[in-house]
Amino acid sequence: MSQHTLSVLVENKPSVLARVSLLLARRGFNIHSMAVGPTADEGLSRMTIVVDAPELEQVKKQLHKLINVVRITELDPDESLEREIMMIRVAATAGKRGEILEIGTIFKATAIDVGSTSIAFTVGGEPRKINDFIELVRPYGIVELVKSGRIAMARDLKSRKLQAIG
Amino acid sequence: MSTITGAQALITALEYEGVEIVFGVPGGAILPAYDPILDSPIRHILARHEQGAGHMAEGYAWATGRVGVAMVTSGPAATNMVTPLADALVDSVPMVAITGQVPTYAVGNDAFQEAYTTGITMPATKHNYYVTDPRDIPDVIHEAFHIAATGRPGPVLVDLPKDVLNAELVWHKPATLNLPGYKPTVDAHPRPIKEAIKLIEAAQRPVLYVGGGIIKAYAHEELLRFAELTQIPVVTTLMGRGAIPDLHSLALGMPGMHGNYTAVTAMQKSDLLVSIGVRFDDRVTGDPATFAPHAKVIHADVDPAEIGKVRVPEVPIVGDARRVLQQLLTAWDDRNTPDRKEWLETVHGWQRQFPLSYDQQSDGPIKPQYVIEELYRLAGPDTIVVSGVGQHQMWASQYWKFSQPRKWINSGGLGTMGFAVPAAVGAKAGRPDDLVYAIDGDGCFQMTPQELITASVEGIPIKVAILKNGAHGMVKQWQNLFYGGRLSAVDLGRDVPDYVKLADAMGCVGLRAETPDEVGPVIEKSLSIDDRPVVVEFVTDTEEMVFPMVPAGGSNDDIILSRQDMP
Repeated sequence: MSQHTLSVLVENKPSVLARVSLLLARRGFNIHSMAVGPTADEGLSRMTIVVDAPELEQVKKQLHKLINVVRITELDPDESLEREIMMIRVAATAGKRGEILEIGTIFKATAIDVGSTSIAFTVGGEPRKINDFIELVRPYGIVELVKSGRIAMARDLKSRKLQAIG
Repeated sequence: MSTITGAQALITALEYEGVEIVFGVPGGAILPAYDPILDSPIRHILARHEQGAGHMAEGYAWATGRVGVAMVTSGPAATNMVTPLADALVDSVPMVAITGQVPTYAVGNDAFQEAYTTGITMPATKHNYYVTDPRDIPDVIHEAFHIAATGRPGPVLVDLPKDVLNAELVWHKPATLNLPGYKPTVDAHPRPIKEAIKLIEAAQRPVLYVGGGIIKAYAHEELLRFAELTQIPVVTTLMGRGAIPDLHSLALGMPGMHGNYTAVTAMQKSDLLVSIGVRFDDRVTGDPATFAPHAKVIHADVDPAEIGKVRVPEVPIVGDARRVLQQLLTAWDDRNTPDRKEWLETVHGWQRQFPLSYDQQSDGPIKPQYVIEELYRLAGPDTIVVSGVGQHQMWASQYWKFSQPRKWINSGGLGTMGFAVPAAVGAKAGRPDDLVYAIDGDGCFQMTPQELITASVEGIPIKVAILKNGAHGMVKQWQNLFYGGRLSAVDLGRDVPDYVKLADAMGCVGLRAETPDEVGPVIEKSLSIDDRPVVVEFVTDTEEMVFPMVPAGGSNDDIILSRQDMP
């Protein structure tokens, strides 16, 4: 089953998050990640939802039926910008500390807590980069991992065309 | 500036929406609203159970086309409202439910009679509101009615904590609607309309497949005109019965699991389904992979989510059924009426060859189909017929000849047993001059009979025909057909209750027919009584089954016409 990213503009009202997640559950769609926050317009919030679904047409139509959902955009991975933040604590004995910090440097991960048995990093960026970082540190032992959930927006395709012409 | 209470604002807001009747049951949290309603022209009808109040609001909405209103208290009253809400959601019935709630300071504390009403009803409503500021009441009620009645109609619930009902506010007329995420499409896009006309012109074996959307949108006149102009035969789903008069030569009646042979087969052989206000329900399509395999599909619906949900159409049209038909009529313009003689002759041939049938012996037990036919003959086509769910519902839909919309009320999508009696009360309250005859099964009847007390006390003289076969008949039918005749938990008994006595105890007239020759006279007797509700028990053949039948999940090509044809 493939992953799809939806950017959903909703009214900033109580229980909208519950309505959206309940609807996805009821129609049998699995939520991979969901990030919610305010927008520049204080009456509206933005949800970035990554769902596992064979196709999105029904999800979009069903979501549209929610009164508080204002707009739904499906973001094509090739035409959108996706970012995620992760905090990860990796097991690190004194002997391994240097190696692990070096991997962190390559991924622009910031060490935010160094203890006698572990190092915690924060790393942000494209989901793929974050996943690569996870795989590289996995052999050392992952003690704890927290992700923000994916946020995304469409690229400005017009400006890209201009670049191509220029 | 003078202030009023939240409760007064609620009642004023209901008056502002033109509400005539509220069906309800009072209780602790909703108490404040029951005081100002005493001074209001709004009639309150005291149901005996909150589920009854909800189905009454539905019956009222079905019969009148207006928003039905139910008002109950918090906790168990609200949970009792869940079934009517779910019923109204799937059958697109416009309804507003007002529920009391414990005071805001007690919410979340497991207070007495507290339930998380908006949470529980979220998937059972089109939308719901939990009001915490009394100043929001006028706008919320206005929005609730707007959402319930427009687009694809449905139920909306407004949950009002007791302290909000008691708080003071300055009344204001509801503001302009501010619903940025709710803009139902009414007018169809012209491009698919053009494409639809092309397909309709080219089709050799088209069928108009129409349902509840025609009734909801008051599109029946346009439908008839379009069907006649294009000479397309029409099947009407369970929700769409009455969309075209059954006696019209283009009317094929009900398709689906218990549809007649012609309606089912016309769709199977069709090369074009002109589908309007339908949702390709599994009870119509059977196995979707084998449904109407040769047909291209035009699908028009006001709810875009219905289009492509089950069957991807060649031409999708989003719009209100009436507007869509008007646009189709305009686009058809002065085109010649196509020659569909061959197709119509084929269809009419099936009608002659495979009519619905049953065998009423004069000395045998009463056949339920015979009761329906006699009822139709004596009560007439203007009667509002109300049913629950099961065998009686299928027989009523098969054998009644509907000639107008809004004369057939039933629980279609949810299949709610116990729907008929309260829905009939609601229908009669909204249409007091119409004859309202519920056709119920004994299993269904036993789920909500107490609402006959409401009917008696409130002076709402409905009539109820109970087709008593002493069993959960449809379940029994399936056990007989698919479980080798091992009957499990379907026997309701033939002796108790005594429906005549039960009716009498509830202030109704109770009548009974036990032999075929008693059927006509007892119906006539029931029709002569106008001042009280009447309950007629028809003791029917307990072995009778509903046919034709397409077994669940099977192909409509394998329609079984009678018990003898069972594989």
